[in-house]
Amino acid sequence: MAGRRVAIVGAGMTKFVRRALETGQELAWEAASKALESCEMTLDQIDAVVLGSAPDAFDGVHMKVEYLSPGAGAWGKPTIRGYVGGGTGVFAAIQGWYHIASGMFDTVLVVCEEKMSSCHPHPQAAFNYIFDHTLERPLGPNLLWIFALEMNAYMTKYGLTKRDIAMVAVKNKRNAADHPAAQLGDPHITIEDVLNSEVLAWPVQRLDVSPTSDGAVAIVMAAEHIARRVTNKPVWVEGVGWSLDTQYWTNRDLSYPTYVEEAARKAYAMAGIREPRKEIHIVEPYDPFDYKELHHLEGLLLADRGKAAELIALGIANRDGDMPVTPSGGLLGVGNPIAAAGLMKVAEIFWQLRGEAGKRQVPGQPRRGLAQAWGDLMQVGTVIILGI
Amino acid sequence: MERWVYPVTSLRPEDVEQKRVCTTRTPLRGEYAWDAGVAVGRFLTELKAGRLIGRRCRACGRVMIPPRMFCEQCFRPTDEWVPLADTGTVITFSVCTISWDMRRLEVPEVPAVIAIDGASPGMGIMHKLGEVGRTLEEILDRVRIGMRVQAVWKPAGEREGAITDIRYFRPLED
Repeated sequence: MAGRRVAIVGAGMTKFVRRALETGQELAWEAASKALESCEMTLDQIDAVVLGSAPDAFDGVHMKVEYLSPGAGAWGKPTIRGYVGGGTGVFAAIQGWYHIASGMFDTVLVVCEEKMSSCHPHPQAAFNYIFDHTLERPLGPNLLWIFALEMNAYMTKYGLTKRDIAMVAVKNKRNAADHPAAQLGDPHITIEDVLNSEVLAWPVQRLDVSPTSDGAVAIVMAAEHIARRVTNKPVWVEGVGWSLDTQYWTNRDLSYPTYVEEAARKAYAMAGIREPRKEIHIVEPYDPFDYKELHHLEGLLLADRGKAAELIALGIANRDGDMPVTPSGGLLGVGNPIAAAGLMKVAEIFWQLRGEAGKRQVPGQPRRGLAQAWGDLMQVGTVIILGI
Repeated sequence: MERWVYPVTSLRPEDVEQKRVCTTRTPLRGEYAWDAGVAVGRFLTELKAGRLIGRRCRACGRVMIPPRMFCEQCFRPTDEWVPLADTGTVITFSVCTISWDMRRLEVPEVPAVIAIDGASPGMGIMHKLGEVGRTLEEILDRVRIGMRVQAVWKPAGEREGAITDIRYFRPLED
C-alpha cells in the first residue's frame, strides 16, 4: 500500500433525473452538504476539494468546475478538477485518495456533478466533438456509432446473442427499482422489453443504453487518524489503478478492454489481491451500455473472456448471488450523469460495505468491493478497491 | 442511505413548454479551421490522388493508418511512407437508424471499421459501407464482420483532399 491509509467516511447524492430545475451549482451543493452531514463534518474541517465533471460542452460553460466551485465548498480551498470523460467519477475518488495518501492533506471533499439537460436539442451534440476533426467528423458520426461498433465486435468474437446481453439491462434496471435516487428503476422489465425496444444503431437498441441525466454525488475522504475519530465504520481505500489506451481507436482490438485490465492489475497489486474472483465480494463495473458491464467484468479479470454473460445467466451476479454485480442498478437503472454516475458506484460500495444499502443490501456482510469507470474515447480505465 | 439523497425538482417537458419555470436559451457559435498536420496532411493529399498511404515504424515494424509522424508505442519518429491498397476487411460495423439528434433516418447508415490491406493486421480506419441494402434487415443479411470491401472514390475532379473523397466502401466481388 502506497502512502498513508485513507478512508471514505461519508457520502451523499441527489436523485438522478432527466432534467432538474436545480443548476449545476445547486446540485453540487445538495450532494456536498449531504455528504458532510452524513459524517457530521463541516466545511471548515475540509482541507481540499476535488471536483469532477465531464465535457464543458454539456453545460455551455467554459471552465465549469470553476463555475461549480461555490456549490462544492471550494471557496478558499486548494481545488483540482480531474477529467477523464466517463472515467471521471472513479478517477475523482482516486485523486482524493492521493491528495491524502501523499500527506499533503488530511481531509478531502470529492464532488462530481453533471447537468446534461442544458445541451439542446440533445446532449449527443456535445459528444460529436470527441471524434477526430479531420478524418472522422466529416463522415457525420454520432456517439452511438462507436459503442455499436464495439458491441458488434465483442458479440461476434464470442458468439454472444442480443439475449445474452439484454439480461444485464434487466438485472440493473430491476436493481435500480430499490435505489431512492434512481431515474429508470423498473421491477417488472423483461428481456423481451429490451429485445423489442427501438433499434438505434444496431446492435444497440433503446433499452441497451443508459439515459442522459442531471445529478451530483459527493464523498468525504480522510486520513486514518481523522477517519477513526469521525466514524466507527471507515471504508478503506485498498487499491487504485488507472490506465489509458491509444487514441487511435480504430487500431485497437475492440473486443477486449485492455486499459481496464491494466488499471485492475495495478489496483489488485496494491491491495495485495491474488485471486480477484474470490477476494472481491461486490462489483460496480461501469455500465453505460449493457454489453459494457460484461466487457468490463472480463477486463477486471472477474470473468473469462467472452464468458461474463454466464455470470448473469446463472444468477451469480444477482444481489443474492456469489458475486453481486451492480447492486445499485448502475447507469442503466439509476441514471448516467456522467461524472456523478462513476462516483455513485463508489458511494454504493461504501454503503454496501457499511451495511447501509437498505433494500439493495447484499447479504453475507461483504468486506471488499470494487468500482470501475471508463471513458474518454473508449480508452481509459479507472478502478478503486474499497474494504472494511 | 435514503437520508443522504436529495430529492431534486424534476422538470417535465410541459413545465418548460408552458413556461411554469423560467429558462434562458442562447446558441453558442464557434467556428474552427483545423490544420491537418504533417502526417494527415500528406494522407489527405494522397486521398485527392485516389490513393491510401500509411507510415512504417522500423523499430516495431508496424505500418500504421491513420499515419503519424511518431510511433506512440516506441515513442520515436516513424521512418517511411508505405503505399496501401484501397481494399480491406470489415473489422466491425453497425447499422445506424438515427441521426445525432435522435431523428429517424429513412435509409440507415452503415459505419464500419475497415482494416486496410498493406497496413499491419488490425490497423483500421472508420468509414461507411455502401451498396449493402436500404433497410436494417437487408443490411444485416448482406454485411458480415470479415467481409472484404473496396473503396468507391469520387471522380478525380470532385476530390478535395478529404476523407469523404472515398464515398464509401462496397463489398468486393471475389
